[in-house]
Amino acid sequence: MRPFGYTRADTSESAARQAASGGTFIAGGTNLLDLMKLEVMAPEALIDINRLDLGAIEETDDGGLRIGALVSNSDLANDARIRKDWPVLSRALLAGASGQLRNKATTGGNLLQRTRCLYFYDRAMPCNKREPGAGCSAKDGFNRILAVLGTSEHCIAAHPSDMAVAMRALGAEVETLKENGSTRRLTLDNLYLLPGDRPDQETVLEPGELITAVVLPAPVDGKQTYRKVRDRASYAFALVSVAGIAKLENGRIARANLAFGGLAPKPWRNAEVEALLTGEAPSEDLFNKAADLLLAEAQGYGANDFKIPLARRTLVSVLNELTQEAQQ
Amino acid sequence: METNLTINGTEQRLDLDPRTTLLDALRHHLGLTGSKKGCDHGQCGACTVMVNGRRINACLTLVCMHDGDEVTTIEGLGQPGNLSPLQEAFVNEDGFQCGYCTPGQICSATAMLKEISDGWPSHVTDDLDGKAKLTAEEISERMSGNLCRCSAYPNIVEAIRKAAGENT
Amino acid sequence: MTEQFKMDAPATARRLDDMAQGLVGAPLDRPEGPLKVTGTATYANEWQVRGMVHGVMVRAPDNSGRVVLANCDAVEKMPGVLAVIQDDRLLRNPAQGTANKAPIQGPQHAAYLGQLIAVVVAEGFEQARHAAQSLQVQLENGEVMPVDPATAAVEPQEAKTLDQGDLDGAMKDAAFSVDVTYTTPSHSSSPMEPHASIASWQGDDLTLRGSYQMLKYNRNELSDALGIHPDRLRILSPYVGGGFGSKLGIAPEAVAAAIAAKKVGRPVSVALQRPQVYEATMRRSETTQRVRLAADAEGRLTGLGHDARVSNLPGETFAEPVLQASYFLYAGENRKMSMELARVHRLCAGSVRAPGEAVGVTVFEGAMDELAVQIGMDPVELRRRNIPEKDPESGKEFSSRRFLEALDSGAETFGWANRPGVKERREGEWLIGYGMASAARVNVLMESQARVTLTPEGRARVETDMTDIGTGTYAILGQIAGDMLGLPRDAVDVVLGDTTLPPASGSGGSWGAASSGTSVYLACEAIRKQLAERLEVDENDLTLKDGMATFDNQARSLSDILNGDQIAKLGHVLPGDTSEAVRQATFGAYFAEVAVHAASGETRVRRMHGTFAAGRILNAKTARSQCLGGMTFGIGIALTEEMAFDPRDGHVANHNLAEYHIPVNADVPQLTVDLLEERDDWANPLQAKGIGELGICGAAAAITNAIYNATGVRVRDYPATLDKVIAGM
Repeated sequence: MRPFGYTRADTSESAARQAASGGTFIAGGTNLLDLMKLEVMAPEALIDINRLDLGAIEETDDGGLRIGALVSNSDLANDARIRKDWPVLSRALLAGASGQLRNKATTGGNLLQRTRCLYFYDRAMPCNKREPGAGCSAKDGFNRILAVLGTSEHCIAAHPSDMAVAMRALGAEVETLKENGSTRRLTLDNLYLLPGDRPDQETVLEPGELITAVVLPAPVDGKQTYRKVRDRASYAFALVSVAGIAKLENGRIARANLAFGGLAPKPWRNAEVEALLTGEAPSEDLFNKAADLLLAEAQGYGANDFKIPLARRTLVSVLNELTQEAQQ
Repeated sequence: METNLTINGTEQRLDLDPRTTLLDALRHHLGLTGSKKGCDHGQCGACTVMVNGRRINACLTLVCMHDGDEVTTIEGLGQPGNLSPLQEAFVNEDGFQCGYCTPGQICSATAMLKEISDGWPSHVTDDLDGKAKLTAEEISERMSGNLCRCSAYPNIVEAIRKAAGENT
Repeated sequence: MTEQFKMDAPATARRLDDMAQGLVGAPLDRPEGPLKVTGTATYANEWQVRGMVHGVMVRAPDNSGRVVLANCDAVEKMPGVLAVIQDDRLLRNPAQGTANKAPIQGPQHAAYLGQLIAVVVAEGFEQARHAAQSLQVQLENGEVMPVDPATAAVEPQEAKTLDQGDLDGAMKDAAFSVDVTYTTPSHSSSPMEPHASIASWQGDDLTLRGSYQMLKYNRNELSDALGIHPDRLRILSPYVGGGFGSKLGIAPEAVAAAIAAKKVGRPVSVALQRPQVYEATMRRSETTQRVRLAADAEGRLTGLGHDARVSNLPGETFAEPVLQASYFLYAGENRKMSMELARVHRLCAGSVRAPGEAVGVTVFEGAMDELAVQIGMDPVELRRRNIPEKDPESGKEFSSRRFLEALDSGAETFGWANRPGVKERREGEWLIGYGMASAARVNVLMESQARVTLTPEGRARVETDMTDIGTGTYAILGQIAGDMLGLPRDAVDVVLGDTTLPPASGSGGSWGAASSGTSVYLACEAIRKQLAERLEVDENDLTLKDGMATFDNQARSLSDILNGDQIAKLGHVLPGDTSEAVRQATFGAYFAEVAVHAASGETRVRRMHGTFAAGRILNAKTARSQCLGGMTFGIGIALTEEMAFDPRDGHVANHNLAEYHIPVNADVPQLTVDLLEERDDWANPLQAKGIGELGICGAAAAITNAIYNATGVRVRDYPATLDKVIAGM
């Protein structure tokens, strides 16, 4: 770790101001310190935001929930309201990391965790995300865990979060505070950037802009599930994950919210896939067409080619589960 | 960076390089080497301690972030001749071989049993609203953040079941 | 003083059967357990040495070229930095097990990416790590080096070659035959404790607190590397946080710590960072193995062939002994075996738990399963029919071998008779399959010494530089001494891991318990003789139990007999003619039930059972734990473990515990183990054989054979990750 200044922020406003002038927020620190030890990240100053009043989960006027950015992954997964009405989120969180890490990792930090690309983590290897223009070592290297959708010639990193995938399926939005005191709301789709030719820029957040909360809309009607496929039974990142919510009405799919992890640089959702399913009677053929559409532009890079058939198989299996059980 | 915290019931005043992790503060500065460094990156769980009653990886947190916190390490759970029920069960069931991951396993299990009694579900809990049972599958999932290369896993599971049985 | 004994003839006395104390074999707790569960057992990097500073090692960023430290001066001026050291004596790679001399030295030229070419020393750990990361390492005149064993130049291993009969003819004439090629990747030992050493000098004398498996050899290796006399060197390793082969030989961090401590004049701790453990200790070589099996209509093997390619760094002679069990496990008169070693610029290949059999038996047992499927025969029956009467190559007798009983008993315990047909059983989205495999591992006795002292108070102290790497040495040596001297377990103190004590075999090759245990047994036998002399009785008529000696209808306490004296004896065992006179090995069988997800191809091991025979079991609890550990290594080999080498520069891409997937708790079901009663008189006077590695030798095949049973997919490229399973579904 490079030396850094350390301050404990008392208010969100002061934290944003401090961060705008070269500081980096630290909350759980489970990913930031990991990267700082390798000097992949080397902030000049850490702004410890753990004492800010962002630890509550409150009900919103329209029946949703506002989740403070500092709510730990454990507390979020175990919240009675989440377990009852947004179970896909609880399931996604419980599928992630370990009990210890979930106790420390926060809602805001989880959204902003960096890719697990092995070349990003290794400073001896060229990486456009670490150093724009240096080149991408992963494309022709060991890329088993990396993305097949939304990549660019400059970067094929995958976003590692489980939580964010469920939030994407639920239509969650983040609330932020900028250094000038203004606030804004962003959908997860708008929060994240695809790598393009600047893979170092992962979100639209401005310097000093602090995620203060994630807002869940009112509960979505339908069966919910989170399916995570990985190399170990536990404590491993997703190769492919699917957060799915589906509702059947009169034998037809009235709603299908689907978000995917492990496939892309951000939690992935494809409105066309959902539109294709909606109004149709569930069938293997239909599910395969959905997979065709989802994966139409998927590109493998060798070791991760398998993710394309794996995503297809997993999607079909999840849709079978959601539509079969919903019929009962 | 001045930091005041309570470790195993004793107040400690530290003034360390801000880069110092909670784990290195324990091991290098307080002589509490029971918490182990297996990976230093949150990938093995050997450094597991409890902060304010919850298990965390001590390697992935800075000690200066814990001003005012209460930390419990393996040294605070029991000593030779005065073992906690879990420590006793680990000895009886051979819940370790080389012993390096063991303090982390026991700290983790201590907190994990409270998580279960508090009604926290896990990845393998069938019903998110129901109360989780202390099955081998539940224990294994919840203990998966603590790697053991000697693989005492079956014995660790058995030790935890035995110790939990004694408590309930 | 010294009871020296060479194992030249079977030890038929079986004295441990008759000892009154009854400790040997009992499932006693580890005596050091209370220390380990309270965090008070002291591992290498935990000694509180006054004035200690920290060293962090620096890696070569590529696999070739002359090393230049571009900004050495600037790094030396960084806060807290005491020295930047690129000494000629730094090791290129660790010593191989039992090398007894330094490996190739010199940090001036990179041979593989990740080689540790310098050490940076600073007051604080964070200062040292940051300075080490700030050091700019450049490689001049680097070339493109071979890193792929498939295309690299190879050296045939003549000593491993066997050509007996006519295998080609047997294959042609066979009623059933299999000719398949499997691959296994490199594995990392991945002990939970990273390699670490604290070096402190007292004048010209060096004390090294390290994490090592074989101190007798390590001392010589370190003294050779440093150029100092072994007498000036003491190594302490009372607790070792796992080794699995990676701590057999002296490693770069020990030499670096010693050099650094001399240079800065203070004790220096050097602990490898976890990525360095992956990049710069040892790997098990990847293997390519062709297996040929020829069988008659009844499933009797008429021929078998096993040809393997493995790899290592230039200059290293170690070649993963893949064929080790193939020479003797099964009958078949036409036999052909060969090995070749490819030269690649990947990190050094060496011993990882059960070198040879871990992957050799695994692959062979996969091929045997393929043959059973082809014949339509129960895989257990195929193995039963092919147990050779004698060693099929040499014609020697087996020393002891309860292989058949292990197969039958294991099948019975597991419920093998209920196995489903291929792709026959499904539960929801999960496909269920059963698989089995044989276990086999060579047995070895090594020279070992121990001193046992019977104190005037009637307690015993066992002292040897033997190590306990989790294997149970503290427990079993106390049990042997307690039985032989008639003392309760808690009246025996066992002191290990210090080179000032009598030199032992070290922990490795599954020989530690039997070798060091025999030395303790010999020392105790000498003490018994002396006690008998004092009492003027025949030693065989002396019964010792609970600190009392009983003889001729008399009973006296040991302290009374000793009358203020102590008796100290040195036991010293040497391997002898029995090593060559017979074929010595351990055997067993594994049975596994897996569930494979029909959509994702993920495999879960639901049940796994092992039945093993390894001579006398010295402690049923610790022996079982060794088997649990071995079988879990098997789960890792079958499903998750693979060192991923970058195809361009050969570096270990997944050099951490998040991406090198050792099994987690949820990957491992409640494994079951049965240990068969056995006595091997040819092995040693304990009649015990090694059990530390038997549990891994073929275990993975039981799982992959079960995957075939569940899915019809035969994965011949380990590990059977989900991508390979779904590719065949």
